[in-house]
Amino acid sequence: MYYFGDPEIWLPFVFAALMGASILIYVVLDGFDLGVGVLFPFAEEDEKDRMIASIGPFWDANETWLVLAIGLMLVAFPAAHGEILTALYLPVTIMLIGLILRGVAFEFRAKAPAPHKRAWNNAFFTGSLMTSLSQGFMLGMYVMGLEWTWWNTGFAVLTAVFLTVGYSFIGATWVIHKTDEHLQRKAVDWAKGGIWGLVLGIGAISLATPFVSTRIFDKWFSWPEALYLSPLPILSGLLVLWLWSMLRKMPFEGDKRSWLPFAVATALWILAFGGMAYSFYPYVVPDQLTIYEAASAPESLFIILIGTCIVLPTIMGYTILAYTIFRGKATELRYD
Amino acid sequence: METLLLSRIQFAANISFHILFPTITIALGWVLLFFKIQYNRTKQERWMEAYRFWVKIFALSFAMGVVSGITMSFQFGTNWPGFMEKVGNIAGPLLAYEIMTAFFLEAVFLGIMLFGFSRVPNWLHTGATFLVAFGTMMSAFWIIVLNSWMHTPQGFEMIDGVAHATDWSAIIFNPSMPYRFAHMVLASFLTVSFLIAGVSAFRWLIGGRTEGVRVALKTAVFGAALLIPVQILVGDLHGLNTKEYQPAKVAAMEGNWETDTGVPLILFAIPDEEARENHFEIGIPNLASFILTHDWNGEVQGLNDFVTEDGEVLHPRVAPVFWSFRVMVGTGLLMLLVSWTASYMILRRKRGVEGLPKPMLYGLVGMSFSGWLATLAGWYTTEIGRQPWLVQGVMTTKEAVADVPAPMVLSSLIAYLVVYAVLLVAYIYVIFFLARRMSRGEPIEPRTRQSEGAIPRAVPAE
Ligand code: HDD
Ligand code: HEM
Ligand code: HEM
Repeated sequence: MYYFGDPEIWLPFVFAALMGASILIYVVLDGFDLGVGVLFPFAEEDEKDRMIASIGPFWDANETWLVLAIGLMLVAFPAAHGEILTALYLPVTIMLIGLILRGVAFEFRAKAPAPHKRAWNNAFFTGSLMTSLSQGFMLGMYVMGLEWTWWNTGFAVLTAVFLTVGYSFIGATWVIHKTDEHLQRKAVDWAKGGIWGLVLGIGAISLATPFVSTRIFDKWFSWPEALYLSPLPILSGLLVLWLWSMLRKMPFEGDKRSWLPFAVATALWILAFGGMAYSFYPYVVPDQLTIYEAASAPESLFIILIGTCIVLPTIMGYTILAYTIFRGKATELRYD
Repeated sequence: METLLLSRIQFAANISFHILFPTITIALGWVLLFFKIQYNRTKQERWMEAYRFWVKIFALSFAMGVVSGITMSFQFGTNWPGFMEKVGNIAGPLLAYEIMTAFFLEAVFLGIMLFGFSRVPNWLHTGATFLVAFGTMMSAFWIIVLNSWMHTPQGFEMIDGVAHATDWSAIIFNPSMPYRFAHMVLASFLTVSFLIAGVSAFRWLIGGRTEGVRVALKTAVFGAALLIPVQILVGDLHGLNTKEYQPAKVAAMEGNWETDTGVPLILFAIPDEEARENHFEIGIPNLASFILTHDWNGEVQGLNDFVTEDGEVLHPRVAPVFWSFRVMVGTGLLMLLVSWTASYMILRRKRGVEGLPKPMLYGLVGMSFSGWLATLAGWYTTEIGRQPWLVQGVMTTKEAVADVPAPMVLSSLIAYLVVYAVLLVAYIYVIFFLARRMSRGEPIEPRTRQSEGAIPRAVPAE
């Protein structure tokens, strides 16, 4: 335990990194299947089936990254976990109910009597919407320091909308990749219609964060940090332009590179997330509690870390296996 | 109502809803593996027929389990932050291992198990079924370890009011864990047996007399008949273990107020907390002494031993523990009666499923969800019996609660209750709906009309 220096220092850092990684994986992966749910009302009946088929084998594992992220926070930073979740009690409840609705609607819509299918489709949409909105809302509140003032709540409402549109964008890029013909063309339009959510969302948060906290302002706008950091916004801007020009020409000849918008969108998320992580480090509760103050006892963290080193690569391995088995265009979901 | 009470009700509602579905998936995974292996071995279509029907129920139950489980993992933070702050060093690693070794395994291989049959080699599909079953079992193991540790904590020391682990094997193999785990896994297999028996009997009654129904019904009835005696034995051992570590709980289960020898087993009573006595007591003389000490005149501790000099009550509320214990044991005895009678009827002169008379089939249908009843009753006995402690002797429930305003908890509680009620009705309805569809020989997934511009798909469902 003492091999790498003081475990009170490096263990919290490692766990903050792990938690950040699983939040990031979660927003990309569940982001696309939540997005597919948000896009539901725009699709025809049988297109809905195909959209569901495109996320069917994955959604459960995608959601598990949320459980891991929240689990890591629970085990590594129990004090922060309590503080954040009690402050966000209401949006968390809305999110949980949304997750319940969409998770079960997924199964019920395929099994309930045909006349009920419509209702379950609505539940799937409503649940996805509730989840996305409340996640965006929580993001906004978190950025603003978890204080329930009118101004902060207003900002959080904006981020709620942006994140939801952002999810629908990444969902659309997933549908572009997993489908073809009519539905694919439709998804290209959806993506073109949704990209602004991503841009405005990233923009709003990047603008707001430095002004909420002078600490964060100084981290970004002092010399020479500003120079080292400048590739981040520039790269993001270039990626957005690339996405836009690509979407205007899609679908490509012979459906080549249909995965590219999804990949670029993912890169964009990663950049945005990296920026946020830089802003908030070393705090878990913005400007109140650092990861070092909030961390559990080193012995307990160490026990978890040993397991993580073995298990995480395995999880990665079989996740890749699942995505490989279900690669290619989604057809109908079949339980056999 | 104040926040504490509301949070407790909400926690109880959420966990009660959650546990219903793991109870089904823990065992159903293994039953599906059994069907699959039988099919691989014999190549008889009937095993695959049974597999295909029950895998759908599995998928549905699994989804219900997952979403309600996610709710559970947020509860600690939203409602019980004190819990993790005080014992997080112990609860944390156990929960983390559950997520890492179980949840991902299940979630990923579930996709392959449900949708991969025609995409992957047969061995990989069978393997995925195994890994999912194994994963649900691991979930149950880790969470039961944590729960049992809360009942019989050991292997830690308190430093500045925070628990620090000193001995992980003592924590994992805490005294009540083996009993609780065995009893829970058996409960799960019994729940599934009665569910399969009930739904198969229903299909048989409405005319779906296929080979698949026949094997499922027989497997389930025989399985139940074999397991129920084991469960009763394990339950008895579990009780003896509890008597050693949580005597106040056992006293409440027995409804026994005074420490005495030759204590009767009370069949019926209305415990009165005010007067500290039972009304309308009906009991069998000396039997409780015999069950708990294996001596007809053994001494059994009473509830009055758990009241301090200045009148503070250190035992749980008696009536809910007393009654839920009786509901569980009563259901267990009923299960014994029904499964043995049904097995006898099937075996008698090799009559098979035809040997079951109509009333028996109706009885089985009625028992479809008896496992849920017993399981919930059992957990209520266990958990309410631990109060006022959250972690026995270490922290009380009151210490852990969040200071969220009561109206907020009330509104989330109402929202959960509404959603749960709707989903429970939908779940049971869909199971019997699918059973009816199957009996009519219709394909199980409803098809949708194709719209303009849609590409035709070559694959027919099932
Ligand atoms: C199908 C379900 C089922 C059935 C038929 C039974 N039980 Fe049970 N029982 C459970 C399902 C269960 C449970 C839900 O799984 C519990 C709650 C916690 C646990 O480990 O098991 C439980 C708890 C539990 C406890 C509480 C232990 C504690 O925490 O202190 C005792 C003493 C028994 N059981 C004893 C019995 C006996 C004597 C039975 C004989 C008929 C019996 N159970 C049937
Ligand atoms: C194994 C995992 C479990 C853990 C970690 C756990 C933890 C807890 C906690 C933190 C409480 C305190 C909150 C409260 O008083 O309500 C509690 C109480 C309770 N739990 Fe559990 N529980 C588990 C399993 C279950 C299950 C499976 C059930 C029922 C199906 C259950 C039923 C209850 C009930 C009814 C209470 C309320 C007791 C009372 O307030 O009098 N628990 N449990
Ligand atoms: C406080 C207690 C509990 C918490 C926090 C909890 C949490 C969870 C979570 C987050 C999931 C979803 C996993 C996924 O994403 O795939 C889950 C599923 C599961 N839980 Fe729980 N759980 C609790 C109590 C229990 C109990 C008491 C049992 C049984 C003994 C149990 C057994 C399972 C099983 C077998 C699954 C996977 C299968 C399924 O989803 O049906 N859990 N739990």
